[in-house]
Amino acid sequence: MGAHHGPAKGLGRWLFTTNHKDIGTMYLWFSFAMFILGGAFAMIIRAELFQPGMQLVEPGFFNQMTTMHGLVMVFGAIMPAFVGLANWMIPMMIGAPDMALPRMNNWSFWILPPAFLILASTLLMEGGAPGFGWTFYAPLSTTYAPPSVTVFIFSIHVLGLSSIMGSINIIATVMNMRAPGMTYMKMPLFVWTWLITAFLLVAVMPVLAGCVTMMLMDIHFGTSFFSAAGGGDPVLFQHVFWFFGHPEVYIIILPAFGVVSQIIPAFSRKPLFGYDSMVYATASIAFLSFIVWAHHMYTVGMPVAGELYFMYATMLIAVPTGVKVFNWVSTMWRGAMSFETPMLFSLGFLVLFTIGGFTGLMLSIAPSDFQYHDSYFVVAHFHYVMVAGAVFSMTAAVYYWLPKWCGKMYNETMGKTHFWISFIGFNLTFFPQHFVGLAGMPRRIPDYALQFADFNMMSSVGAFIYGSSQILFLYNVIATIVSGKPTSEEKTWDGAEGLEWTVPTPAPYHTFETPPAVR
Amino acid sequence: MSSQTSNEYEKYYVPEKSKLAVMATIGLMLSVFGAGSILNDMTFGEAEGGSSSWTIFLVGLFWFMATLFVWFRTAIRENMAGMNSVQLKRSYVLGMWWFIFSEVMFFAAFFGALFYLRTLVGPWLAGEGEGGRMNHLLWDNFSYSWPMMETPQEAVGGAASQPMANQGSFVSPHKSMAFKDATAWWAWLPLWNTIILLSSSVTVHFAHTALLKSNKSKFNLWLGISVALGIIFVGLQALEYYEAYAHYGLTLNSGIYGSTFFMLTGFHGFHVLMGMTMLLIQFLRSVFGGHFTAEDHFGFEASSWYWHFVDVVWVLLFLFVYIL
Amino acid sequence: MCFEAKRLYRLALGPVLMLLAMVSAGAWAADGERSTVNMSPGVTEVGQTIFDLHMIILWICVIIGVLVFGVMFYSIIYHRKSRGVTPATFHESTTVEIAWTVVPFIILIAMAVPATKTLIDIYNFDDAEMDIMVTGYQWKWKYEYLNDAGENVQFFSSLSTPQSEILNAEAKGEHYLLEVDEPVVIPVNTKVRFLMTANDVIHSWWVPELAVKKDAIPGFINETWTLATEEGIYRGQCAELCGKDHGFMPIVVNVVSKEEYAEWLAGKQAEAAKIKELMAQTFSLEELVERGKGVYERSCLACHGANGEGGVGTAIAGSAIANGDMQGHLDVVANGVAGTAMQAFGGQLNDVDLAAVVTYQRNAFGNNMGDMAQPIDVYNFKNGQ
Ligand code: HEA
Ligand code: HEA
Ligand code: HEC
Ligand code: CUA
Ligand SMILES: [Cu+2]
Repeated sequence: MGAHHGPAKGLGRWLFTTNHKDIGTMYLWFSFAMFILGGAFAMIIRAELFQPGMQLVEPGFFNQMTTMHGLVMVFGAIMPAFVGLANWMIPMMIGAPDMALPRMNNWSFWILPPAFLILASTLLMEGGAPGFGWTFYAPLSTTYAPPSVTVFIFSIHVLGLSSIMGSINIIATVMNMRAPGMTYMKMPLFVWTWLITAFLLVAVMPVLAGCVTMMLMDIHFGTSFFSAAGGGDPVLFQHVFWFFGHPEVYIIILPAFGVVSQIIPAFSRKPLFGYDSMVYATASIAFLSFIVWAHHMYTVGMPVAGELYFMYATMLIAVPTGVKVFNWVSTMWRGAMSFETPMLFSLGFLVLFTIGGFTGLMLSIAPSDFQYHDSYFVVAHFHYVMVAGAVFSMTAAVYYWLPKWCGKMYNETMGKTHFWISFIGFNLTFFPQHFVGLAGMPRRIPDYALQFADFNMMSSVGAFIYGSSQILFLYNVIATIVSGKPTSEEKTWDGAEGLEWTVPTPAPYHTFETPPAVR
Repeated sequence: MSSQTSNEYEKYYVPEKSKLAVMATIGLMLSVFGAGSILNDMTFGEAEGGSSSWTIFLVGLFWFMATLFVWFRTAIRENMAGMNSVQLKRSYVLGMWWFIFSEVMFFAAFFGALFYLRTLVGPWLAGEGEGGRMNHLLWDNFSYSWPMMETPQEAVGGAASQPMANQGSFVSPHKSMAFKDATAWWAWLPLWNTIILLSSSVTVHFAHTALLKSNKSKFNLWLGISVALGIIFVGLQALEYYEAYAHYGLTLNSGIYGSTFFMLTGFHGFHVLMGMTMLLIQFLRSVFGGHFTAEDHFGFEASSWYWHFVDVVWVLLFLFVYIL
Repeated sequence: MCFEAKRLYRLALGPVLMLLAMVSAGAWAADGERSTVNMSPGVTEVGQTIFDLHMIILWICVIIGVLVFGVMFYSIIYHRKSRGVTPATFHESTTVEIAWTVVPFIILIAMAVPATKTLIDIYNFDDAEMDIMVTGYQWKWKYEYLNDAGENVQFFSSLSTPQSEILNAEAKGEHYLLEVDEPVVIPVNTKVRFLMTANDVIHSWWVPELAVKKDAIPGFINETWTLATEEGIYRGQCAELCGKDHGFMPIVVNVVSKEEYAEWLAGKQAEAAKIKELMAQTFSLEELVERGKGVYERSCLACHGANGEGGVGTAIAGSAIANGDMQGHLDVVANGVAGTAMQAFGGQLNDVDLAAVVTYQRNAFGNNMGDMAQPIDVYNFKNGQ
């Protein structure tokens, strides 16, 4: 076991690696590929919805696009992207030589691409891909599903396995591999948010596995979990699914909170305001996320007491989330701010996520949700929190750490251009969706009534703009890696704090083989 | 190695590149692909490829198992070679605990489903609370009791006269596994199963104590007994399933009682099988490989935690599936 | 103002414009017309309450947003590095942290109070004057008027927009995709209770102006109600993904005066009586085939093709079942094929139509059985099971 070895050569480096940076890199590229795939599905959706009437695809295929778009974006793009970031950054941030369980780490990654390959292959199967939405409500996804549902179920199992192993690894790393002196309350917030996210993942991915297993049994073995004729209940599916599904949306956003909590102080040149309350707020959000799931089910006919309970619990989430927003704003207050690309994306995140949070709060009001539910208002809500939330912050993270990763500087002008096109494109796409939703347009429909035409056209144009701006991003990243201006400053950003900025740039293949001293 | 304390710096062993992950992936994917095709052939009756699905599945499964075997062997050898620091061992411990936590959540999903169905859905279908109209208009004559001995479908006179189309057929069982249906307490298998599984937990604990006292022969004995008890348990479970299918009319198709019964006991049984295999491997390691010392026996300890976990699940099952 | 600052003002512009848009959205909605940017208060008291709730919370959010973003933009503009400021170093203040935990909490309580009240109102199903059972089918709705003495009036209601409009071959009508062959009719100023259920998958019955959205779940019945205060035609759509044609199962509710309603109901009952009469008759092969053609085109064509060539469903032309034993054929049509898209039509079509469509299938598309099923045969088949 040579003390200082670099990466191996060739394909074997990637296939057999146990290095957290290699694995992180693979996760990041994989997730970007999935982002393009999921984005391509979204483009088909938006193209079909460009104007009323059936234009390009069959209604059944449209549903498959919606379903695959949701699944690929959530499980293929966002989650692996943040896992990749965790792999790259957590060991460097806590002063560890690598992840706690490196071989398992490699396995967590490598089962992902084939899982998505088989999921995508359902598009070619007889009967078509799953067309029952990313929430796959029974019995549309059981008794009435195409045969590809079996493949879908198994791919969810495999994805879940990957997430669980990845999370166990992160938990073990954070709990066990911190450099001496790196107490819990000294950890960077990104590490904290990921620790809590990993806990959420270990807690809810098995529930999702249980959920799809019940589907499998209903489809192939004649059980009646989701069928009243045998004493089951289709709504049982929704309870189990959302017990997973609601924490899932915080799994998506918590690491994003972490990223933003690193970047905003760096470019405000001022320490993060309210570190302790940030940690407690994150933990409270995680806790609350377990007890609010039925706010997705206000219209299924729960007893009124249940309805009220879930409404109150959901509304409460605004408090800790508000604490976070206020802390970020206070961090900027009386700072010395500058606006490089990572900061722009973080500010975009802050404004747009908060708007998405507000609409979330509106949705949580049960009587009003009777009018919002399953309309485009919901679609607008969750794209504000997931695209402008998770994707923006992920983009910010890439710009922020890219110089550290590859020792080269990206093109700032191009980065800023990317931000502005994204910002405008994003809002043009999703802001009008609030309007059509309120005016009564249901989601998951391939064709719509005439009064929704104008805003849908705007939305489609916006989507193409936002989508195209990602080409700029891709180009910028590749150009940086290939021919960016080399930089060897340890600290790319003068305001940045943290152990990752104390190692050479580009970060060597192995960092912290002996732990650093932490003040 | 045991002389080092955890505060002192030790080098954390980061393995060199390894083929294990990719090999395991190939095995896993083949078996998943095979299993998917087997099920689809079964349900949607695609004529081609029936037997090749089985071949793919079995090859994949074997490949996967073989990889896992090599993987664990590698990890054990590394440890024996003294490459594992105290810190690394802590990572394994943490890994195991959180893995067990994920298993707890897996069962929680099924228990949650059971509670929801039993306390809310059943009464609704029978017209209580929110269900007033429901019973009258859809499931007339259905009355609820647990275990559910008559499915709503049969209560209204079978699939043909139920109000919704295409929902499968759910044949009521004639006897349940619950205590209240047992002929005599001593002839009631679940009771014996409980005794057996609980004792095996105790014997594993004895084995652990013996090991801590470095008494290897006693350790082997108690561990051997635990494995044997595990085998007996699985055997009795198989017998119970046979009874259910052959004599009680209790099957996967017999409505929600059958569904939850087999889901919970089935997954539990599967976990017993896994735990038993783990213990068996530790037994073989100890007897033939001379592994484990009073200070260093993570493999055994992890298996025993798992075994206790499986035991706790059974106690809950016993309570909520068989007794209450 | 330097160039840098200008850019920053532009940065501020986006969100501000958006907030303005939201606000004006609210304003437009005030003037009665069906808004294309905001929720509709509709024609029920509940709808108005929900709308008010919606607007209050929207405004609270707008105000909080203006404050939070205001502070943020203030920092962005005045606390810029390019202005040469030195950053402060403070990083906590227990007082403000407590304040911004407690104040939002209080605001939330203020929101929860009216929300709770509204919700409890909505859940009061008592003293409804009539019951309509609504059953979701893939992809149409069935309405059954329950508590009338005598004949239960029941009918299906499905999309009536012609395929040619959907496929852009013809100009789209005013109510494109929001029109049905047979609207559900309810009297004005009457508390109408809906019992929702479904035949296959989950659907959701949503009419924004009646402030009703409730899931229709197979095997369960959900209750909800409305009390429309204005006559008119109100349109809605299925709001739960229910398969291929989820986007094509609209709802049209015709709210009419009580007198008109009574008249309509009487007409419907007479129609039902007529069908009953027809059931007792014997038809000739030609009559059955002709009627069956119509039924086929309405109910079967979508899956079995215009020429019986198949599609989602198997081909009828040359099919072993349509050219086989009559009982087998009736069985497939009346009971469906479990686990496939072939539904049980026994409950959806009346016996006359069932007899007709079966006869048609046996004597069309090149099938030439020459035999026929009479309504009475269907009746016997159904009751002989
Ligand atoms: C990243 C993902 C993410 C995040 C973070 C959130 C955050 C929230 N969501 Fe969202 N949500 C989704 C993803 C997410 N959601 C998705 C994917 C769906 C649809 C799923 C599907 O059906 O396909 C959905 C749907 C959804 C629904 C169901 C709608 C329906 O189908 O009818 C509801 C209802 O309550 C809801 C509520 C909330 C709330 C209250 C928050 C809160 O966490 C928001 C809290 C934040 C703020 C409130 C803003 C900041 C706070 C302040 C500035 C403090 C002061 C404020 C006040 C006191 C008002 N969401
Ligand atoms: C994090 C998750 C995530 C992300 C990032 C996105 C991103 C986008 N989504 Fe998302 N969406 C969901 C999660 C997400 N979505 C979910 C969960 C649903 C619900 C599904 C369901 O109902 O079951 C949904 C549903 C959904 C709908 C509703 C569909 C329906 O109800 O029928 C629409 C419609 O506009 C939409 C649009 C978009 C668009 C335009 C983007 C854009 O941001 C995408 C931009 C990205 C690209 C375009 C790819 C990269 C670009 C290039 C490589 C350049 C090449 C491109 C061009 C030349 C144009 N999405
Ligand atoms: C939503 C789709 C759909 C509609 C609408 C539909 N069918 Fe079918 N039908 C099917 C499918 C799918 C099958 C094949 C079932 C199987 O796999 O056995 C089928 C099979 C049949 C068969 C058996 C053919 C054979 O040889 O297998 C008959 C007869 C039939 N349908 C009659 C009808 C009639 C009559 C109607 C209208 C009143 C109708 N169907 C409407 C989907 C549909
Ligand atoms: Cu019916 Cu959607
Ligand atoms: Cu939620």
